Amino acid sequence: MLARSKTLPLLTVITALIAIWYVAAIWMNSPWQLERYEKAGVDWNFSQLVDDTLNQQRPVLPGAHQVIEEIWKTTVQKKITSKRSLVYHTWITLSATMLGFIFGTLLGIFLAVLIVHNRAVDKSMMPWVIASQTIPILAIAPMIIVVLNAIGISGLLPKAFISTYLSFFPVVVGMVKGLRSPEASQLDLMRTYNASNQQLFWKLRWPSSMPYLFTSLKVAVAISLVGAIVGELPTGAVAGLGARLLAGSYYGQTIQIWSALFAAAALAAILVMLVGVVDRIVMKRMGFVSEKVEA
Amino acid sequence: MNGSTTTVVSAEKLSLTFETNDGPVHALSEVDLEVKKGEFVSFIGPSGCGKTTFLRVIADLEKPTSGEILVNDMTPEEARKNRAYGYVFQAAGLYPWRTIERNIALPLEIMGYGEAEQKKRIAQTLELVNLSGFEKKFPWQLSGGMQQRASIARALAFDADLLLMDEPFGALDEIVRDHLNEQLLQLWDRTNKTICFVTHSIPEAVYLSTKIVVMSPRPGRIHEVIESTLPRERPLNIRESRVFLEIAHQVREGLRAGHSYDE
Repeated sequence: MLARSKTLPLLTVITALIAIWYVAAIWMNSPWQLERYEKAGVDWNFSQLVDDTLNQQRPVLPGAHQVIEEIWKTTVQKKITSKRSLVYHTWITLSATMLGFIFGTLLGIFLAVLIVHNRAVDKSMMPWVIASQTIPILAIAPMIIVVLNAIGISGLLPKAFISTYLSFFPVVVGMVKGLRSPEASQLDLMRTYNASNQQLFWKLRWPSSMPYLFTSLKVAVAISLVGAIVGELPTGAVAGLGARLLAGSYYGQTIQIWSALFAAAALAAILVMLVGVVDRIVMKRMGFVSEKVEA
Repeated sequence: MNGSTTTVVSAEKLSLTFETNDGPVHALSEVDLEVKKGEFVSFIGPSGCGKTTFLRVIADLEKPTSGEILVNDMTPEEARKNRAYGYVFQAAGLYPWRTIERNIALPLEIMGYGEAEQKKRIAQTLELVNLSGFEKKFPWQLSGGMQQRASIARALAFDADLLLMDEPFGALDEIVRDHLNEQLLQLWDRTNKTICFVTHSIPEAVYLSTKIVVMSPRPGRIHEVIESTLPRERPLNIRESRVFLEIAHQVREGLRAGHSYDE
């Protein structure tokens, strides 16, 4: 019953999106096609126009089937070690994303612990944390790459740092809130036990913050991916999904851009889902009733 | 039993003033009180009479502005550091991520009891509050009354002779409340603890206490201390007895005289 009630609306939305996509593709690709007909002096009818606009080599907007075909060709039909394999490029981006995500999470938790435990840090750190996120990442990413290159760090790490730069923020904000979430009476209770600060942290603050942590991690993992892709743009487009996007736009390979976009979107969805799965397992083991299961 | 003469809590000219934006609030004013070992003392009065504040001063959760207070012949801070008391809050406040047995183990873990000792005490206290068999349940799987019993078990798990209870049954319905009152009396009888109990309810105070402290607001102070003449053995239907009703009347008169019913 549940599956049925959810599938129908979902399918309707997908069908509508694909329909809009195709109409847009025909409409956007037809000027170039019509020009060709005119030059060649051929007669054309509508069904031929539709057919041709959806099978151009370098369309303004490729059709869904073209993107799917490209993804199929560059994943299943290519060895994953090949530079033309989308799996290879996805892996490059994924490794930078994961490293950046781990750094960002650790940094975020560390800063949150400092902020919660020290008033001076609380007052002085938070404005900087927020300011760091107001700088456009596109502006700062090339500088990070260049500066790190100058001191001999290149490859995976600079990209991971950009991911870290983006992903630590939601973790700090979420964890500060989470570590402060225990109620006054819960803190009083620990005081009546004469609990040490360490005990207060590990037995109350840390477990209380878990739901907040996972909410933050879902945001953090998605923007880690954005960070890694942005980090690939100024490196000269060697490898990674960012490189595919950039190379695609250099050479007008719209189909390649779209397939890289879809790969990035799918990767983000999978990463967020994985965090969600871990979230659910941890919450269940901790005895929290998960109300988010249906969402 | 010579323990009956030992003083557990003694307060002398105890005052506490909170500085707020609307000026000072006199939560406690010149409070004198002695609580002897083994007594069941209820604090009753309207909101703002300082009953909870007084309990919190005993627990070293608030610092008095002036006056003397000793808990087990120590300052409240020393008493707290010696883990002299167990505190039960109005909300059960069990940790949702811990099972009932892990919740009761919480103070034991913090105080450094060994694994085997923890097990023994968990079993003992759960039996004491009639929750045996619920060890592995999470708090949300229990009713409100059972949660509050678990929180009492948590306060009993370690060796504190003094139990401070701040309206522990205030949020429960009356039937559950009657039941828990009866159980609390049995528990008090079996463990011989000293209990300080804050309540809004006259019948609850009269039914439970050996001593009823009637307090009045603005400034928070003790209006009258009523020694109960009820026997130690108290079935639920004692509440229809004449003595009970007389004491209840006395408490109500005390509250009225302390301007508790004024607007």
